[in-house]
Amino acid sequence: MIEDPQIEEEREEEESQPTLLFRIFHNQLITLILVLLVIVVFLGVTTRTFLTANNIFNVLRAFSWIAIAAFGQSMVIIGGGIDLSCGSNMAFCGIVAGAFLVAGYPVALAVLVALAVGAGIGFLNGFMVSRTYLPPFIATLGMMSIIRGFCYGLTSGWPVRGLPQSFLFLGQADIPFLTWKIPLPAIIMVAFAIFSFILLEKTKLGYHIYAVGGNEYAASLAGINCSRVKLVIFTLSGLFAGLGGILMTSRLGVAAPTAASGYELDVIAAAAIGGISLDGGEGSVWGALIGAALMQILRNALVLLGFPAYWQPSAIGAVIIGAVMIDQYRKRRI
Amino acid sequence: MEKNLPILELRGICKYFGGIHALEDVDFSVCPQEVVALVGDNGAGKSTLIKIIAGVHYPTRGEIYWQGEKVEINSPQDARNLGIETVYQELALVETRDVPTNFFLGREPTRGKWKIFVDHKKMTEETTKTLQDLGVTIPRLNTLVRYLSGGQRQSLAIGRIIPWGGKVIIMDEPTAALGVKESRRVLDLVRQLKEKGCSVIIISHNLRHVFSVADRIVVLRGGRKVGEKKKEETTMDEIVKLMVGAEML
Repeated sequence: MIEDPQIEEEREEEESQPTLLFRIFHNQLITLILVLLVIVVFLGVTTRTFLTANNIFNVLRAFSWIAIAAFGQSMVIIGGGIDLSCGSNMAFCGIVAGAFLVAGYPVALAVLVALAVGAGIGFLNGFMVSRTYLPPFIATLGMMSIIRGFCYGLTSGWPVRGLPQSFLFLGQADIPFLTWKIPLPAIIMVAFAIFSFILLEKTKLGYHIYAVGGNEYAASLAGINCSRVKLVIFTLSGLFAGLGGILMTSRLGVAAPTAASGYELDVIAAAAIGGISLDGGEGSVWGALIGAALMQILRNALVLLGFPAYWQPSAIGAVIIGAVMIDQYRKRRI
Repeated sequence: MEKNLPILELRGICKYFGGIHALEDVDFSVCPQEVVALVGDNGAGKSTLIKIIAGVHYPTRGEIYWQGEKVEINSPQDARNLGIETVYQELALVETRDVPTNFFLGREPTRGKWKIFVDHKKMTEETTKTLQDLGVTIPRLNTLVRYLSGGQRQSLAIGRIIPWGGKVIIMDEPTAALGVKESRRVLDLVRQLKEKGCSVIIISHNLRHVFSVADRIVVLRGGRKVGEKKKEETTMDEIVKLMVGAEML
């Protein structure tokens, strides 16, 4: 074999000097932010209402609980799993909180109990996946149906109404900041995004979540307790879904057993659009945040542009396919 | 056999996977500062044997002694705690993560009071240093392992066991994906480890590599130990005959 060390060296040099364009293209997050900016500028120019503070805050509030559930979902997907039960979980936690409130318990207690129920459902998912070796898809698919049954069964199909004003505050209040009034759910969303980011990308547990999702066998050979990691991520996903459900219920003012139907797919779509690979092991919560934002802005845009509402799902579907296609193409090319 | 006591000794090891007898009554030992080569045809049971030592598999029957004391190795973590470090044939790297993260997989250094935040800077520094000492060039450490070449991956998998001060180093096909130059470096590393006081168990299909580093050669065939020779007392021909069964030649 003929080896030319000089050519080898030159090639290595080339590889180590990526162009600016390459770097931009390399990062799904930056690609998404650019797409988002283009849409925002376009809407700002073509419609009079889009760039008003009122509209922007409405959009923020509308996707906040999807985004919060998506942060938990992101941890599960990065860890190599998937959580289909988050939509039912959102509805159920809303009903639990609602039932406690209607029975006269204080808001703090009702919220804490609902969060514990959400985390408990997540823990059961994690237990099934890590101890009985059920595939996450099956375990959480079953759980999705079981929890939805509880929603209908415990309420006999009737929505829980008459929630106290002190609870509705959570989802409807605006916090004054400078000249704006920022919706409380949006602030909670940002706080949880930062928390999730630090957990995933800075802590030892986060490193282990990526390792388990990227190569579970390698992770276990490296002495990582994969079962424990799975228990933690599914529990967190349940907890986050529960919080999303409480905020949603508080915003809508009613806990309906049919609430959040199909939200699990929105939540997973947010993660997928944001570059979180369903194969596990890569992506970041910022991707899920921007993915959720992109879907809601698109919905908002279609309304403002006078697009018939019935066609919205098709547009969202096209965005999901397009975004993941770009992501895949990017990974293959490098 | 040796004057000094074996650091690791396996007695009567059997391993059955369902009805398949992967290992049948195998005795195996390694002395301090000894390089033992484990050879045999495909399916002879080499990888199963080292995975029992590394804590991946638990033997169906048999006993393991570490420095003369009976031990149980129930997990890779147990093996590491004893001082057994392993380079797996599958390399066991996480392709979606960068080089330092794989280097410190499972034992990330932390900073701060609560020991929960990973010190990535320290990881990068230590990785750079160890790889430099080994003469391995990986241009950018923040590259994902997915984009590394086969040789770079293997170098990384070998390099990451170095800093942990293992007393017994297991290498399963460490030169499989390497070119001539890199293979020589790995064999040099085996000799260096021996000088530093480590014992090395090496699996290789390349008998020339085996003969250049090993003190003793253990031959497996069909899950049984069929030969154990000091390097000076045997030849490549004899080893090959033992590997395939003399009647076939």
